Amino acid sequence: MKTVKVLGSGCTKCVKTAEFIQQVVEQQGLDATVIKETNPEAIMNYGVMSTPAVVVDEQVKHTGSMPTAEQITAWLA
Amino acid sequence: MFAVFTYLADWLAYQVFGLDPETDIGAAVHFFIEDSSKIFVLLIVMIYLIALIRASLNVERVRAYLAGKPKWLGYSLGAGFGAITPFCSCSSIPVFLGFTTAGIPVGITMSFLLTSPLINEVAIVLLFSLLGWQMTLIYLVIGLAVGMLGGLILDSIHAERHLQAFARKAYENAATGSIDAPETMRLSITQRHEFAKAELYDIFSRVWQWVLLGVGLGAALHGFVPEGFISDHLGQGQWWTVPSATLLGIPLYANATGIIPVMESLLNKGLPIGTTLALCMSTVAVSFPEFILLKQVMLWRLLALIAVMLLVAFTLIGWLLNALAWVL
Repeated sequence: MKTVKVLGSGCTKCVKTAEFIQQVVEQQGLDATVIKETNPEAIMNYGVMSTPAVVVDEQVKHTGSMPTAEQITAWLA
Repeated sequence: MFAVFTYLADWLAYQVFGLDPETDIGAAVHFFIEDSSKIFVLLIVMIYLIALIRASLNVERVRAYLAGKPKWLGYSLGAGFGAITPFCSCSSIPVFLGFTTAGIPVGITMSFLLTSPLINEVAIVLLFSLLGWQMTLIYLVIGLAVGMLGGLILDSIHAERHLQAFARKAYENAATGSIDAPETMRLSITQRHEFAKAELYDIFSRVWQWVLLGVGLGAALHGFVPEGFISDHLGQGQWWTVPSATLLGIPLYANATGIIPVMESLLNKGLPIGTTLALCMSTVAVSFPEFILLKQVMLWRLLALIAVMLLVAFTLIGWLLNALAWVL
């Protein structure tokens, strides 16, 4: 079971990113939970400046844009 | 070069829609078609071209450039990068904290964040196409100056004391000195093209409504506000019109894309240049949504101070420009 965190202060793109990852997880039957992290202090502690960013099991995988379905599958498979 | 858009508007408004150029509605529709077609074409071309050039620039690299720079250089670099670095305003907070944790003084960070909404490629395209190079230059100089001086003032009063506790601590614990730049990416032409395409799609989908709204408002002003109404009532540059315009800009919220077409109409209707710029810059730079965001990292007193500082700056600039316009 992997934990995916989408970092971002609630902008449209961040919300869309979280929804998209959730969608990919369901479609591919991946074992992961998706949560959103909006707390600026928490985002700061990941050292992320460009949101949306994606953290998988506490590791920053992606920053600054919406990831593609292929990327998401690669992280979570 | 821009005449083609006038012909297009002539043809659509007067031939296809059969409107009379002498009527209010005819003038408004003509204005709307000419400006919106011109802006859309220019935006698509310019966003793509600029994105090709700046494909390898991002906030992470800007941070590495700014960290450990002497202060006097930092403010101009901060404002300069604010003008050319792409980032969505929803990233302001992570960017602010990222700069702060790198030990970059709050003033330099704010130079970056203040300049960013005022100056960007979309604003420059609009200014240049609607108002010509002189206004573009004036706007650029003022935008950069406000960013730089704003940062300088914030540092001279030690703004970092008024950050939220966690942000202040992050700043105090920051290692001073330079930090490593992320690896420089050598981008191929194809990668640059892909980036520019994505950027074009991203920016365009974000600004097109603003363009229509701004041009629509500009067209309504152009067509329906009687000739002489503005110049008779506000055109003498009465001293109180500038601070009033600045204050009016606070509840109005628009980005530069929406406000510049309105600027064009106001100027054409005879509103003095200083008053017009005060209204527009205050609308873009001083907005409630942006300040609510910044509240996450700043205490109210610092936010209030920044707001007052900007309002005073825009008022002084407005007065100065109006006075100069009288002399010249």
